[in-house]
Amino acid sequence: MTAPALSRRSLLLQGGALVVGFSLSDRGASAQTFAPVATNGFAKPVAPDRVDSFLALGADGHATIFSGKVDLGTGVETALTQIAAEELDLPLDRVTVVQGDTALTPDQGPTYGSLSIQKGGVEIRQAAATARARLVQMASERLGVPADELVSENGTVRPKAGGQGLSYADLVKEGRLDLKVDPAVKTKDPAQFALVGKPVARVDIPEKMTGRFTYMQDYRVPGMVHARVVRPPTIGADLQGVDEASVADIPGLIKVVRQGNFLAIVTEKEWAAVKAAKQLRATWSEWEGLPEQGKLWQHVRATKVTKDDVTSSTGDAEAALGQAARKLEATYDFAIHTHGSIGPSCAIAELKDGFLTCWTASQMTHALRKQLAAMTGLAPEAVRCIYVEGSGCYGRNGHEDAAGDAALLARAVGRPVRVQWSRADEHGWDPKGPPTLIDLKAGLDPQGNVTAWSSQFHIPEGAAGNVPLVAASLADLPHETTMAPGNIIGNSALPYAFPNVRTVCHRLASTPFRPSWIRTPGRMQNTYANEAFLDECAAAAGADPLEYRLRALKDPRGIEVLKRVAELAMWQARPSPVKDAAGDVLRGRGISYVKYELNRTYVAGVAEVEVNRSTGQVRVPRFFVVQDCGQIINPDGVRNQLDGNVIQTVSRVLLEEVTFDRGAVTSLDWSSYPILTFPDVPEVVIDLIDRPTEKPWGAGEPSAAIVPAAVSNAVFDATGVRVRSVPFTPAKVKAALQGA
Amino acid sequence: MVQLMSLDVNGRAAPVSVDDPDTPLLYVLRDDLGLHGPRFGCGLGQCGACTVHVDGQAVRSCITPVSSLKAGAKIVTLEGLGSLDKPHPVQAAFIAEQAAQCGYCINGMIMQSAALLNETPKPNETAIRQALAQNLCRCGTHQRIVRAVQRAAGTL
Ligand code: FES
Ligand code: FES
Repeated sequence: MTAPALSRRSLLLQGGALVVGFSLSDRGASAQTFAPVATNGFAKPVAPDRVDSFLALGADGHATIFSGKVDLGTGVETALTQIAAEELDLPLDRVTVVQGDTALTPDQGPTYGSLSIQKGGVEIRQAAATARARLVQMASERLGVPADELVSENGTVRPKAGGQGLSYADLVKEGRLDLKVDPAVKTKDPAQFALVGKPVARVDIPEKMTGRFTYMQDYRVPGMVHARVVRPPTIGADLQGVDEASVADIPGLIKVVRQGNFLAIVTEKEWAAVKAAKQLRATWSEWEGLPEQGKLWQHVRATKVTKDDVTSSTGDAEAALGQAARKLEATYDFAIHTHGSIGPSCAIAELKDGFLTCWTASQMTHALRKQLAAMTGLAPEAVRCIYVEGSGCYGRNGHEDAAGDAALLARAVGRPVRVQWSRADEHGWDPKGPPTLIDLKAGLDPQGNVTAWSSQFHIPEGAAGNVPLVAASLADLPHETTMAPGNIIGNSALPYAFPNVRTVCHRLASTPFRPSWIRTPGRMQNTYANEAFLDECAAAAGADPLEYRLRALKDPRGIEVLKRVAELAMWQARPSPVKDAAGDVLRGRGISYVKYELNRTYVAGVAEVEVNRSTGQVRVPRFFVVQDCGQIINPDGVRNQLDGNVIQTVSRVLLEEVTFDRGAVTSLDWSSYPILTFPDVPEVVIDLIDRPTEKPWGAGEPSAAIVPAAVSNAVFDATGVRVRSVPFTPAKVKAALQGA
Repeated sequence: MVQLMSLDVNGRAAPVSVDDPDTPLLYVLRDDLGLHGPRFGCGLGQCGACTVHVDGQAVRSCITPVSSLKAGAKIVTLEGLGSLDKPHPVQAAFIAEQAAQCGYCINGMIMQSAALLNETPKPNETAIRQALAQNLCRCGTHQRIVRAVQRAAGTL
């Protein structure tokens, strides 16, 4: 096995010091990708408790940060640069981040759950602070000046009193930063921050705006050939025969690869693969294992429950319901969604000398490495996954599956293979956000206060983990057999203090499609049901929805986001719905709140809607959002994320639903799975609460959680009709209006 | 049968050999000429990620067979529009507004907007939204994209 190393930035062992020299000509893959070269026997450490796993100081005064968390288009590369530069007292342009390379970066867990800063950034901060402390210590010894009389700035440690200092490059020659990360290390006082908390421009944007960035889809390796997969026409069909003669005329055809139910075409040129994949004749068995879409919710309700997760239990909800002055009951549902990345998944794999290298846009290269090893029978040490940024993915989309396809094909043809999924592959075969069904009951006292709350969530079993690879399943190679929908029980319990509460997640043995996490998995669906049903209670109590929430909220940071969003949206205190609504277009506003996973980021939002009474069409012209994610690393990055989370979720809530027949997904393109377009995109109005002395928390997906209920609540406010089924399509809204 | 063609791409003659006249322009630009601006998104003319200019018009290169191009057609891609050192005003505006998340859709957004501003130098917000109605962005960068176009038009 070749020791992994850097070529552009050659990683050398000089006098015992880890020294990284690099030249940065352009970003994307080229800033990231390194051909294996000899490294004087030195292997880059990756253990998550070592400083030099996370960073290397170069002879040229640059620092390279090795991050297991990757930038999925969220700007986290820039934010991590800020954190590291701040803690190391280096200017921003002397810090570079290498992401998600299993040979070079520590395993900091998958990039999901809005944890890249909260977890990944904090670990890098600790490593950088430990490094800085050691550099000061080294300087103290060499200069004969006590450490507390030294100061580090601009890559140099010098006496506070003035006089000659020593550069980091000088110091690190004295020995590698071969030390343990000190979790108790004193990090920089936020009052001294020069970079963290500032709206620093994204490091990747200029290249992306000028066509100079190398995405995964652009990446090429020497000798590479192209492949397209040919998926079964139905999810469970068996491959019975392939007529290879049907593609005999394809120029540059290399091989029709068939292994079990896995089928693909490999060609010299990409277009030939596209054409051949369409042209190839294959026969498949019939399969009709999916439920009828029209009876999806009956199907979910009838699915076997394997266990109950009781996520909160206070008092006696059943008894209190029995005694309540007033009882409410409702069922909410949330459709199956697809990630819908604009660029379909793509990966390259090469198998050489028993060593598999995979270039991938995976959000979890370390986990993928293990999956590819299991699938191919190679030892994990013989597999290297290298992250190359792809199209935004918003969760576990098809990136890992494309990597599995490429690995299988690289082995079959003995050359590096690039697999590019088609739009239909992505829409049809990326794993889906599972359907969610939620039953709620509440009891109110004579003043309208909630005295009892009982909810039941019907959601698939499983947690975060590895989603089985399509190629491994189709080819019947070793793969996981458990579902991994993500942590979807989060936020099923409430952030409010009610006296009698019981929230239960019924975990189902199956769900129609291979599930995975899509932005704000479960937490979105659960918050939607909770915050919309709470609005029903407020309406039943004749209370203003904001005041009603504040009654039951004890958390000062939660109270603050709600009050600030009310101010931002110029909230008029009154019960919903609007009185005397008239005209064809009805207007309303709705509020919603979350404390994400009940232990971090606070978000409150107000949606404004317009409902067309005759068509049932809902528009969201404006959305106000206030977020407290603790310490903000980059406010412009946070705003960008809030825009994205709100807009994408408005799209999901108004329009999106995976359609299917008894065999497969039928929404295979953008006309059958439409998403929100420019004319209908809301204006997003943002107010951020920065708390520099607090921990930094996730700043992306928490804000998506509040969107569906805010819209549902606003539709109710406008029309007096409650929509409880996502998406809020014109047909559903119209039917509800007519039924009212 | 392999056919030799000479395309005019970003102001330079680009000889390419095409073995299938149906090959969409997108594949020639990306695979034969190694360009990264035009992107594959759907291959169906639905998303706009592949947009290039052909004689100044915004065109979906994924559904434009290379054989359908008129002789001498001038093709401009995101790379040809401007560079890091000399960005086109629309590119400069997108950078100034930090108008990208993953950026995968942005090629189409910039090429479409640049074509719009050629015809309508001062579009209002509604006109910008209409002009971009067939360009999809999944990250939800729309608001910044509209602002960037307004900035490029000098109407911000
Ligand atoms: S890739 Fe051409 S329009 Fe989508
Ligand atoms: S910025 Fe990611 S798709 Fe538009």
